Amino acid sequence: MRYLPKSPADREAMLKAIGLRSVDELFAPIPAEYRLTRDLNIPRQMAESEIVDFFRQRSRENGDGYTSFLGAGAYFHYRPVIIDSLISRGEFLTAYTPYQAEISQGTLQSIFEFQTMICELTGMDVANASMYDGSTAAAEGVMMAVRLSGRRSVVVARSLHPEYREVLATYATHQGMPLSVAGFNDDGRLNLKDLEQLITPETACVLIQSPNFFGIIEDVAAIADIAHKHGAMLVVSIAEAVSLGIVEPPREADVIAMEAQSFGVPLGFGGPYCGVIATREKYVRQMPGRLVGQTVDKQGKRGFVLTLATREQHIRREKATSNICTNQALVALMVNIFMTVYGKIGLRELAKQNLAKTAYAVDQFAKQGKILFNGTPRFNEFVVQTSEDPHAINNRLLGHKMVGGLPLKKFYPELGNAALWCCTELTTRSAIDTAAGLIAESEWSLRSSKEEDVEEVAR
Amino acid sequence: MKHMTRKATRHVNQNEGLIFEKSSAGKAAWKLPPLDVPEVDTAALLGGSERKDLGNMPEVSEIEIIRHFTRLSTWNYAIDLGMYPLGSCTMKYNPRVNEAVARVEGIANGHPYQPEKISQGALFIIKTLSEQLIEITGMDAITLQPAAGAHGEMTGLLMVRAYHQSKGNARKKILIPDSAHGTNPATAAMVNYAVENLKSESRGMVDIAALAAQMNEDVAALMLTNPNTLGVFEQDIHKIADILHAKGGLLYMDGANMNALVGKVRPGDFGVDVMHLNLHKTFSTPHGGGGPGSGPVAIKKALEPFLPTPVLTTKSDSTLAFDYNRPQSVGRVRAFYGNFGMFVRALAYIQANGPDGLRQTTEDAVLNANYIRKGLEGAYDLPYSTPTMHEVVFSDKLQLKKGVRTMDIAKRLIDYGFHPYTTAFPLIVPGALMIEPTESESKEEMDLFIEAMKSIAEEVEEDPQTVLDAPHSTRVSRLDETAAARKPVLRWKPAS
Repeated sequence: MRYLPKSPADREAMLKAIGLRSVDELFAPIPAEYRLTRDLNIPRQMAESEIVDFFRQRSRENGDGYTSFLGAGAYFHYRPVIIDSLISRGEFLTAYTPYQAEISQGTLQSIFEFQTMICELTGMDVANASMYDGSTAAAEGVMMAVRLSGRRSVVVARSLHPEYREVLATYATHQGMPLSVAGFNDDGRLNLKDLEQLITPETACVLIQSPNFFGIIEDVAAIADIAHKHGAMLVVSIAEAVSLGIVEPPREADVIAMEAQSFGVPLGFGGPYCGVIATREKYVRQMPGRLVGQTVDKQGKRGFVLTLATREQHIRREKATSNICTNQALVALMVNIFMTVYGKIGLRELAKQNLAKTAYAVDQFAKQGKILFNGTPRFNEFVVQTSEDPHAINNRLLGHKMVGGLPLKKFYPELGNAALWCCTELTTRSAIDTAAGLIAESEWSLRSSKEEDVEEVAR
Repeated sequence: MKHMTRKATRHVNQNEGLIFEKSSAGKAAWKLPPLDVPEVDTAALLGGSERKDLGNMPEVSEIEIIRHFTRLSTWNYAIDLGMYPLGSCTMKYNPRVNEAVARVEGIANGHPYQPEKISQGALFIIKTLSEQLIEITGMDAITLQPAAGAHGEMTGLLMVRAYHQSKGNARKKILIPDSAHGTNPATAAMVNYAVENLKSESRGMVDIAALAAQMNEDVAALMLTNPNTLGVFEQDIHKIADILHAKGGLLYMDGANMNALVGKVRPGDFGVDVMHLNLHKTFSTPHGGGGPGSGPVAIKKALEPFLPTPVLTTKSDSTLAFDYNRPQSVGRVRAFYGNFGMFVRALAYIQANGPDGLRQTTEDAVLNANYIRKGLEGAYDLPYSTPTMHEVVFSDKLQLKKGVRTMDIAKRLIDYGFHPYTTAFPLIVPGALMIEPTESESKEEMDLFIEAMKSIAEEVEEDPQTVLDAPHSTRVSRLDETAAARKPVLRWKPAS
């Protein structure tokens, strides 16, 4: 086997040194009746060339070459080449969690820079070294608010990513955290009256997303006022990190739970991504996950260590803030490099291009289809309502090697024939024009067939 | 130079500040193409929501970024540099073909919501890996959704709870051996189970009599790591399973140490009802400095209705699809389908090995651990003489006489060119040195390790201060962790 660095003679010599005759003796502690006496029923060893062929074939069966208008929590942005050059260095790729600080300063310093940039972008005081993803970060953010407030119930926006809501429901079920759901208005924003009614003296926090699942930017200040008036905390989920380049961050929030996939992480069919929690300094001891802090060595030289570990499972066991131990370090490094490449000016320009493409697409789609929540500030997503079922329209788009917006009936039946579309800096004008044209055709054909029906009835 | 190592030599490496300290206005590492649509008036579109300033975000050029991260990287130890004998972490070689295939266009850029008809490639990868992990574990079904081992534990216990609930009583507690990973009790708490500690007996195994006495209808499950954290296979595993099953309890196996078992024995065959795997341990996906992981949960038939949604199915036209209609499901534990990129890497690893390669891998992992055990016997105290599998746990009892603890020995090992072993775990061994070489180490590398460990043992006798002050050869000496925790500095701020 090509990954194993021993010759038969090495194995013999080692067995001899141990004082054994055969390797079977090493497995003697396993009761004989359970020992496997056959080969595992899996395919034979494959050559590297065969493995590459296998995955190339799978790639061809997986939307390779399609132009996509999908967003909804997973965004297709350009990834600068140097991200993969740098994360492929074995010193980053094949290192473990940096417990041994003296030989992990590379990972530790880069996480410290990551934490700093997340703070700069979110307007929070502290950020952790990452969480699994945006959905679990949101759930952990809520659990943090429950611990901090000593209250248990949670009001969740219906305009939070539906799968994030599902994950929260799973986490909340056995922790005695009742959830209630606040609806949205005709303008796509959280229904504040609904929120006022649902919030009680038992409410630990309100969880919203901004830009929300429909791409609409919430009035975070107004929501924070209501939450804080009732002694509840505000947890804000951000699923589209690029929005932070041009959209004011939710500074009024107490906890921000982010998905940073947009910052240089491949779509990868849904993962691995990079969750992050950011919060105010006073709440740091209830934060889940790893934290890197600055300190000095014996000679007074600056260095970095994992810190505040007394929150964590390996010390606190069942009293820990969370069971999380591993985070998404290598993915956080991608995010870190992306933030460094674009930096102070580039992130804003990148976000502006997203805004421009989306504004253009909204104009084109609005000519024939109906854009929901139009007029409310949004980032790079919009909801298109059509006469025809969006699945049917998307099927025709596939013929043009295009993937249309996400049909919303599964998550929001009340919106009818609606789909969530997304444009990023990578979406071309011609793709937008083609998609808008197909929507227009769909509307015309349905309208003319209706007119024919009317004529037939008249006759 | 009696105690100098053959493994490593000091060499110059570059100093490097924080990226913010290199930033100055007007430098840039990015270039966007010209817009092919009209420019927009951001103030008109966003109103009061428009952000005007990005604070202290850096402005640097591409070469500076390359040098910055390359310099930082040289300050890390890594498997690619040498043996990384962290017990319980299974730091094995991360094959590069795994990285290559994870970056093939349609795999790297597949959107999780693209229509299933153009996602058959990804779904086939999920199906194939699922089937192979089921065969390897001897279980009946699996979910790949959990993002890490601890996340898998939570998913597993959610299913345990749902199973008992379906029988009318969710039960109250989880039994956890005192040798267990800290995640086990933390997870039980997240699923609202009380934790009851189970003592180990003198050989380091589960005390069968204690288990029988503690087992009752309030116990939902026993969370067992097998081989346990001492590297000892629970020889009475069938009795353990029988005791649990007789009272309606379930046997949960923490698969952290699956590298000792693959191809040699299957947990499903020895009575395990639910278990998680760590693709980043046993199946070679990179640790990446602490993630991403992936923690699939394999289960027996009786738990299948409770799997997280969605579950992969084959439709009547033989295409693959996700089934979201699972009324008894515990729900979702993560958005989308899990850390798919890690599935790709794990499958590539299994393909490269085949049945014979996986078995040889396990044999070599166990052989390596026993070779180190033999090599260090006498130099270090072995608290349990029970035969060990893929890892071995020594204690610092002999060195403590000179005031030297496991952490000091670990730090000195750095000077000899090795990453330390796991210190102070498992908790049942005071001053533990937990060593797991994995199959990836050659005889030469292990001989160097044994030589280094023996040399340190001699240093402890002759000159303990050298060990106490270690490491001596790193960029930074021992860091003040107490100060870091007392007055946390968790981000850079500009000098005011």
